[in-house]
Amino acid sequence: MVTTAWRPRGRAASAAPLFAPLVGRHPWAGAAGGPASSVVHPASPQAGQIALLWWIAVGISAVVYVLVVAAFFIAIARHRAQEGPPAGADPRAERRATRIVIGAAVATVVILAAWFGLSVASARALERPPAHPVRVEVIGHQWWWELHYAGASPSDAVTSANELHVPVGIPVQLQLASADVIHSFWVPSLDGKRDLIPGTRTTTWFRVDRPGVYRGQCAELCGLEHAHMALLVIAEPKAQFDQWLATQRAPAVPPADPVTWRGQAIFLGAACSLCHTIRGTGAGALSAPDLTHLASRRTIAAGALPNAPGTLGAWIADPHAFKRGTIMPATRLDGGAMQALVAYLRSLR
Amino acid sequence: MTAVPTAVPTSHEEELDRARRLEAAWGSPHGLVGALRTVDHKAIGRRYVLTALTFFAIGGVLATLMRLQLRQPGAHVLSAEQYNQIFTMHGSTMMFLFAVPVMEGMMIYLVPLLVGTRNVAFPRLNAFGYFIYVLGGIFFYVAFLLHAGPDVGWFAYTPLSLSRFSPGKGPDVWAQLITFTELSALVVAVEIVVTIARQRTVGMTPQRMPIFVWASLVTAVMIIFAMPAIMLSSSMLIMDRLVNTHFFDVAQGGSALLWQHLFWFFGHPEVYIIFIPAMGMVSEIVETFSGRPIVGRPAVIASLAATGTLGFGLWVHHMFATTVPPVGGSFFTATSILISIPTGVQIFCWIATLWTGRPRVTVPLLFVAAFIVVFVIGGLSGVMIASVPLDLQLHDTFFIVAHFHYVLIGGGVLPLFGGLYYWIPKATGRLLSERAGRWHFWLWLIGFNVVFFPMHFLGLAGMPRRVYTYQPDTGWGPLNLLASSGVLLVIAGAVVFVVALLRSRTHGAAAGDDPWRAPSLEWGTSSPPPSYNYLDLPTVRSAVPRWTAHADQPVIAGVRDDVREVLVTRFADAQPDHRARLAGPSIWPFVLAITTTVGFIWSIFDPWGVPIGLILCAPPLIAWFWPWTRERDPRRAPLASEAAA
Repeated sequence: MVTTAWRPRGRAASAAPLFAPLVGRHPWAGAAGGPASSVVHPASPQAGQIALLWWIAVGISAVVYVLVVAAFFIAIARHRAQEGPPAGADPRAERRATRIVIGAAVATVVILAAWFGLSVASARALERPPAHPVRVEVIGHQWWWELHYAGASPSDAVTSANELHVPVGIPVQLQLASADVIHSFWVPSLDGKRDLIPGTRTTTWFRVDRPGVYRGQCAELCGLEHAHMALLVIAEPKAQFDQWLATQRAPAVPPADPVTWRGQAIFLGAACSLCHTIRGTGAGALSAPDLTHLASRRTIAAGALPNAPGTLGAWIADPHAFKRGTIMPATRLDGGAMQALVAYLRSLR
Repeated sequence: MTAVPTAVPTSHEEELDRARRLEAAWGSPHGLVGALRTVDHKAIGRRYVLTALTFFAIGGVLATLMRLQLRQPGAHVLSAEQYNQIFTMHGSTMMFLFAVPVMEGMMIYLVPLLVGTRNVAFPRLNAFGYFIYVLGGIFFYVAFLLHAGPDVGWFAYTPLSLSRFSPGKGPDVWAQLITFTELSALVVAVEIVVTIARQRTVGMTPQRMPIFVWASLVTAVMIIFAMPAIMLSSSMLIMDRLVNTHFFDVAQGGSALLWQHLFWFFGHPEVYIIFIPAMGMVSEIVETFSGRPIVGRPAVIASLAATGTLGFGLWVHHMFATTVPPVGGSFFTATSILISIPTGVQIFCWIATLWTGRPRVTVPLLFVAAFIVVFVIGGLSGVMIASVPLDLQLHDTFFIVAHFHYVLIGGGVLPLFGGLYYWIPKATGRLLSERAGRWHFWLWLIGFNVVFFPMHFLGLAGMPRRVYTYQPDTGWGPLNLLASSGVLLVIAGAVVFVVALLRSRTHGAAAGDDPWRAPSLEWGTSSPPPSYNYLDLPTVRSAVPRWTAHADQPVIAGVRDDVREVLVTRFADAQPDHRARLAGPSIWPFVLAITTTVGFIWSIFDPWGVPIGLILCAPPLIAWFWPWTRERDPRRAPLASEAAA
């Protein structure tokens, strides 16, 4: 029977390193390479449960596969090229063949029934919603993720994009919705996927047990830039998470020097403010990611580019070069103006 | 009773005379116009198979382009637009223009031969079905080359495929391709059902029907039940796009998920519509090359029927991620697991047949071996993703891409190649090169696994389907490169097959009537079969008629040889019922296909295309059914014995 509690040192965990080079990056490698993304290197009890199911299925399948293929080839090789009447003429051999077929069919039914039981028990365990979770609303857009953390009062609410910060060891429940087409929320190291469906609210939950950066990506074809709709989950200890939340609640840092002042003026004067919000300034449009704390994020354009001065400038000047389908228009600015704008955006910590 | 013993001596001259009369009655007209008029099921079946194989090659080229694009992170072989169009075209081509039609073609070619009759039940309808299929395919590719190709996937999920998110004509073109292929598939299904039900030769009771004929019957019945769902949904989609209905538009009270239910209610049986005929081919090949009747014949037949029935009860497993209530999830998990049992039973029966037989390892049997090696992996991964929790991880990833290629190539294409190596000698009179066949087998077996096995791991590592590129830091590069490199082997195997096919026409050894010592009827006529299939229509006294025929096995007499007349038998006991006249060559099915095509294409741009198309179709329909001949043959002519009595 499936144990509902995930044991990190269980059978699944011990089998995993064997295939490590093939099935994705281990969470601990997060700092060195890219963020973790692997079904078989779970970092939550939910993904752990499924990984256990996976290894059981692989084990059974390997045995069944070897038996079936071996039987087939032995059957061909046994009497190959022998002449004479086939054994079909012998009624005893016939009866034995029939009995073996029936036996194999019964064995199949037994294995499948056991698998069904395991699967349903696992599903039941995963369907139990957590108590006192951190709630986050996730809204899918073509092609980015909008994230809302409710606060004690509306003014405490936090809006961010493409980077989901969560506390370690505390369940997180996501309320999923879509602003346009069907998307699918999927972070392989943390849980199975859940669709974001227009006109419907769906929900999913997980509890991250190891701090780290986990990669996710939209899993349902959502149009031209489906490939560029990534998401990072950043799991931190509770204290760090609270601190992050407090920082995000604050309005944008006001410009501190002439360059950033100029940058802010450009932002508010150009097309930027028609779509983006920077809380604490006049920019309050809602159709594009909230940029109030843009500089605190690791990537831009839903994971298409790292968040660095060079990439930010290149993105603003010609977003379609990196993400052809994006709705964001190109912004033509001379060198100094662009530098000022980038400096301002980089100051939004 | 119409069967008389062959023991009655007939002179050679008499036989030649009869053959000449039959040829005059059943022969196809010559020339280009003649080719458009022909109603010979063998000519039409051949066309289906060759056209479908051409589309298979085109789909393969598209797949190669995708593998080039994905061979490394951030490659620029294709743009996002091109990639999305190409995977949509690839999926739609392989499902609608290759896999289903090629199986239909095999059924149209083989079923009349296997049941011992001279043509399918509705010969002109058969010709019409082919033209609709090929015109639909041409229309689809012309649209693609004119940059109006669909780019929303072969499943065209709403709301992405609605006008708001997909302006342009792409999804309309896709939906109308569906209309073309549905129409053609329904036509084939009706012919196959009627041909099998009423034109089996004397003595071929249901329990003696060849297993491929059983598979064809199950497939045809599945088509009749599955196609209306997609016909409905593609019409609703095109209406949402064209005349502003709101079936799928959430903002207007429609439902985004309704589409998925309707689509997969068709889409899942569709897989079995491809798979079941292939299983029929495997049974025929295993029986012939093990040299003994198949073990557990009733179980194999029951398995085909069970697969065809269960196939309608598991569509929701494509939708687990949309959130399915627990009981519903368990139900669809159970059905998805259950469907592996009949397939398992068939595999066990084949193994037992070979085990107790005297297997001869030929190319067709090698492809059956390839089928076992490949398909069983796909079947097992299918049982894995029947589980809701595991499916939530693996759904819509490259693991699924691997899974369904193992199932469809393993369970559809490899048996098909076995079937082609097996039956092409019958169709052309020439054997295919055994050596080339072995090369083809090894190149595909290795190449296929190099391409698709790594995709399992890519899915586990988080790579979703339908992405045109990926970032270097995902670590997906090396396995993608490996997968892409395997394409070379697959292409080489395909080239070997095409060369072997062409060379066999000039250099192939003569096949003779029966190169394989096979048990079924078609190996008793010449290769290629004459236009009338059998000079003497055979009768049947077992499930393996050619292995058990008496020296004086009766043949059917009393069916006219100077007109297109066939014997109609009763369903259950396969005893003579009456004789029926079949329609002869006609140009009107072709003309009707053209006018139907005009209507279908017109309606993409303008709703008036529907009534105009209907009006355009009226003249060819009237001409088709006009009683041109003065002689009015009663549909039910009395049998010779009845007349005497």
